[in-house]
Amino acid sequence: MSQYFHSVRVETEKCDGRMKCLRACPTQAIRIRNGKAVILEEKCIDCGECVTACPNGAIVAPTDPFGELDRFKHTVALPSPALYAQFGRSILPDRILAGLKKLGFDDAFELANVCGDTSLAIEQFLEEYNGPRPLIFNACPAVVRLIQVKYPQLVDNIIPITLPKRLAAKEIKEQKSEELGLEPDEIGTFYITPCPVKMIAIKQPASDEECHLDGTISISDIYGPLLSALEGVDQGSYRKSLESICVLGIGWAVAGGMHRTLRLNNVLDVSGISEIIKTFDDIERGKLQNIDLVVPYSCPQGCVGGSLTVENRYISYNKILRLLETLEQENIEACRDKREIRERYRQKYFHMQHKYESRPLQALDNDLGQAIKKRKKKQKIYESLPKIDCGICGAPTCLAFAEDVVKGDAQPSDCIFNVPRRIQEMWKEISGYMDEFAEIGGGKARTSSKAKRGKK
Amino acid sequence: MPYGHDFKHSFGITGGDFNKAGNVSVELKEILRELGVDPAIIRRAAIASYEAEMNVVMYARKGELVLRLNPELIRISLKDEGPGIENIELAMQEGYSTATDEMREMGFGAGMGLPNIKKNADRFELKSRVGQGTSYNIVIHLNRGEKT
Repeated sequence: MSQYFHSVRVETEKCDGRMKCLRACPTQAIRIRNGKAVILEEKCIDCGECVTACPNGAIVAPTDPFGELDRFKHTVALPSPALYAQFGRSILPDRILAGLKKLGFDDAFELANVCGDTSLAIEQFLEEYNGPRPLIFNACPAVVRLIQVKYPQLVDNIIPITLPKRLAAKEIKEQKSEELGLEPDEIGTFYITPCPVKMIAIKQPASDEECHLDGTISISDIYGPLLSALEGVDQGSYRKSLESICVLGIGWAVAGGMHRTLRLNNVLDVSGISEIIKTFDDIERGKLQNIDLVVPYSCPQGCVGGSLTVENRYISYNKILRLLETLEQENIEACRDKREIRERYRQKYFHMQHKYESRPLQALDNDLGQAIKKRKKKQKIYESLPKIDCGICGAPTCLAFAEDVVKGDAQPSDCIFNVPRRIQEMWKEISGYMDEFAEIGGGKARTSSKAKRGKK
Repeated sequence: MPYGHDFKHSFGITGGDFNKAGNVSVELKEILRELGVDPAIIRRAAIASYEAEMNVVMYARKGELVLRLNPELIRISLKDEGPGIENIELAMQEGYSTATDEMREMGFGAGMGLPNIKKNADRFELKSRVGQGTSYNIVIHLNRGEKT
């Protein structure tokens, strides 16, 4: 039916039209129509800002319910490294993985290991790269979508390395089907996600890459049950637990993490969508060409700031940093062998098979002459508006409203400031008739006012 | 050859206002997108207009940038009230800059401004009078391959 699948959706019955989402949306993809929020699919990048902003919980990101596990003969959980940051410092990843198994998954896969592999692949890619700079890291799907929609010229700067969860899901399906004698589609791979956008990255990938993930479960949904499940799981030896953590992979959960663990020295870490927009504007102006890689996370502080997480994002950010510090101090390198990764890299194991394509926003009209006309009309409408961006018309700004009017999606009278003006005009018209009426007197007035209306 | 221009939008630029520096190129980019201009051409126009804008912010008292567009081309004209350029040939060389240390501190003044405009334009004409100001025309053709 529609061209784009989106992870965020408005539950209309819960929506009071309070406009928080209208103001929070970084791409102006929300309108209030008849008192309810509506998402414009063309503009939405699934960042989840509206999910966080809505006071009624009316904007939801439908992740998979736990019951989905029953559809498969064998299930595997792939937790985002951000999951580890949700628990106190004494609860380490190996215990959390054990907790996931206790919850009903047949296996829990340490995704951070594959993140670590991918970090090394990216390092290798940067070493060999000679194209236009800066490159842009692709781990955050909201960022990739932002580029596709608003910065179509920058799609070629996106790093063409496959995301860890995809590599992992593929590997799991291959290994498990051989090991257990099952068909690949009898094995369910579930990503434990900190944000809604990772879900659409599965349902509608930003490129034509094949995806072997079967579903997503939000951290906030699994947190409660997992916390109870953890009570029965022993922590085991602290040193051993630490030794099971891949320092390169765990850093993916926070802004600056990959940069720090790889010890890259010409990388820019940016988090928060408005900051990313400023940075991309700079890149489009030709700045930052001396930077090798920009690592943008749409959520502040990185994935730990995702809208489907539980813990305060600064606390969880700190937790990851402390963990990195500890691992660095203890000289723990649990990541896979560098040479092996290099070899895989040479075999193009990490390279994406399909490029990212842009999906730029539509022009006001396909015909340039018409587009110019509409643009002039838009400017004229905009000049007549109060420019206070009150939002009562249902658009986030007066400028967006002017565009909606030109496109035929809104009426000038939807602007509340046009109402008194309209009344004034009507009043003038009426008083004109009344004057005429007084001058000419009863009988003739009717015809003359008709004639006047006809002239208009 | 004189052209009739179908679309016109002008932007005022204040010298020394680093707070708003860059806004013109962002707005210009958005206008071109709305008009359906090819993204690759938008990018060239954005880079050229940004450099033009920054030249005013850094060196002049004030300036005006005018965007014109017709079905064949984009014309960006800039006129400023500023010190003017003493040696145009030198200013057009990559790496030549008269930026102050403060400007360099902020990451500007790499001597790439005018050369960068030239690189992104199909046609670039510059006139300057010392003590009065600088004006230039940047032309970018909408149909690629037509570079003159």
